[in-house]
Amino acid sequence: MAKYKIAPLKTWQRAKEIRANYYRDYEAAHEKGGLRWAGGAWTFDAIPAGLGDDVHSITSEPYGATIAYQKEFSDRCLEAAENAGYARDLCSYMRNYWGSILLDEYGWVEPGEERKPFPKPDFVWQDHICCSHAKWYQVVSDLEGGIPTFDIDVAVGPYDKTTKHGIDYVVGQMLDGIDWLEKTTGRKYDDQKLIEAVYNTCRSESTWAEICVLNQAVPAPLEEKTMYSLYVLGTLEKSSQEVADFYEELKAEVEERVANKIAAVENEQARVMTDTQPPWGFLRVFRYMAAKYGCVSIGSLYTFALIGNWLWEDGKFVPRPTPQSQGVELKDREHALRVLAEWELSKPEWQHFYNPKYKSDMMIQIAKDWKLDGVMLHYNRGCEGLSLGIAENRLAILEAGFPVMIFEGNMGDEREFDEARTTARIDSFMESLSIPKLT
Amino acid sequence: MVTAGIDVGAKNVKIIIQDNGKVLGKGQVTAGFDTASDIKEALDAGLAEAGVTREQVETIYATGAGRKEVKDADDSYTEVGADAAGAIYLFPSARTVIDVGAEEGRAIKVDEKGKVVDFAINERCAAGAGAFTEAMARALELPLTELGPLSLTSTRAVPMNAQCAVFAESEVVSLIHQKTPKRDIARAVHDAMASRITSMARRVGVEPEVCLIGGVAKNPGFIDSLKRDLEMEILIPEDPEFVSALGAALLAAGIAN
Repeated sequence: MAKYKIAPLKTWQRAKEIRANYYRDYEAAHEKGGLRWAGGAWTFDAIPAGLGDDVHSITSEPYGATIAYQKEFSDRCLEAAENAGYARDLCSYMRNYWGSILLDEYGWVEPGEERKPFPKPDFVWQDHICCSHAKWYQVVSDLEGGIPTFDIDVAVGPYDKTTKHGIDYVVGQMLDGIDWLEKTTGRKYDDQKLIEAVYNTCRSESTWAEICVLNQAVPAPLEEKTMYSLYVLGTLEKSSQEVADFYEELKAEVEERVANKIAAVENEQARVMTDTQPPWGFLRVFRYMAAKYGCVSIGSLYTFALIGNWLWEDGKFVPRPTPQSQGVELKDREHALRVLAEWELSKPEWQHFYNPKYKSDMMIQIAKDWKLDGVMLHYNRGCEGLSLGIAENRLAILEAGFPVMIFEGNMGDEREFDEARTTARIDSFMESLSIPKLT
Repeated sequence: MVTAGIDVGAKNVKIIIQDNGKVLGKGQVTAGFDTASDIKEALDAGLAEAGVTREQVETIYATGAGRKEVKDADDSYTEVGADAAGAIYLFPSARTVIDVGAEEGRAIKVDEKGKVVDFAINERCAAGAGAFTEAMARALELPLTELGPLSLTSTRAVPMNAQCAVFAESEVVSLIHQKTPKRDIARAVHDAMASRITSMARRVGVEPEVCLIGGVAKNPGFIDSLKRDLEMEILIPEDPEFVSALGAALLAAGIAN
């Protein structure tokens, strides 16, 4: 007999619709007189929102992950990129993305339909969060015939050392970027739409963090495989009202699950977290852990904080309150941009680029507050950025008293993930944690 | 209580039959395509040596990469768990267990109760496993059994830079062309492999005493290189390739945790 009640998420279908509509809207934007832009999931997407409601984006990392999930297509994309001369050890999202352009095939396929040509973006709006991001869209622009590109440099140091000068530097680029958007698209920029988009960004990110906090409950109401399908909406369009509203709806549902002890894993008896992007083509590993060991992955710094925004100092790791909840009213363009820059630069997942200690401290706090038995670190060969310092993180987490298992793989290149070896390693880890087998 | 431990490894199937901690019999068969047949053959050999019938064996636990193929097994343990159980039974003072098999190397850190605290696995590179020495012996046109003793006669360390079995073979060929004596090349092979294993073991922290198990623990050249690299003596059981099977048999009997 199961230990806990389980139930499907009521908001699940809505999440799927938002994601499907996102890719459809991007593809169909030109048919409706709209515009298409491309950029990373970390980019300041609230800014192009000021161009109008018919301007749609495709964010690169979730698009690369979407391709990775389709193994046959991903293999073709990776081979196309390699055949074009791009090295196999580059970011695998990037190689999937470039391959999709080279093959001229769109990664989003409607059920029962043929794969369509890749919808070419009208411009690129990007920031430089890691070295791959810095080059990614230079190549995209080249491959797409020289589409205009605007990049923002955000390397102004870790948040606790960010100076006014650093914020000014980022805001200055944003202001230049708005001028560039107007010139490039020929559209008049709407500051009120920018202000709304900044409010939405903060609301999406704070609410997602609040949802993650609810996973401190035992049994956990969500498991990480499901969370991937939910947090991703923020990586697509965190500045949209639709996503911000959805997270509030989801939060209410997860609160209800906690109150009624509705579990994600019906026989939860062990709790772990992972790290970095998972090998997207092999998410069934999470099902294996749940079915065989009653082990729930409650999330990770990656799922919590790529989109979620948190306060993370003095032994705290709590959702960051939105500026609007603190009585801040955005007055004009510059004020909105300043709030946006300060808000985004504080996100936990931006910090470890500067020093692994930031990430270690946050991970240890999560391990304590979310009551974990162990930690599973993905030595992800597909992402230099998020794997940066991960071996240091392992040592720090071990030092803090939490057992750690590592596994090697690649988020977007299935050729570098060995499923049988990984499940064997999970078996060894569970055995070492004295977690009894359920099946 | 008579129990059996079956270790279905990448290259060999090994069986231990034990009664209250005393080994009654062993069986070993080279693994081929028909794993079920190999398991039966090894089990029959172990039963014959132990002088007991299958019916007298109360519990069978399986371990090894092919443990799921043991249809008769009452339960299974991972290689990490079985290695730790077997090694700690033989050497209670061991805190680090290094298992170097045909296709995989493992380092396991255990506490004073024999519980696994941490482990590392070198699973994607033949340079840290027995297959590496086999390939190098072939390149040197030597029987594998002679590679270890020959390397002990070397008095000169020849550096091998390659950390990959494929590139190492090219390097061995270059050394042959440079007229480097075979004994020095043999030592270089073992030194490179020991370096790889030591690096893996240091990821979990090398705490004395160190116990070396697995088929490669029968290679005196590798043992010599590993001792030099770790800068410490190493405990080696009489039948190092059977320790994982022993661990499984002891776990089946409830003698090990």
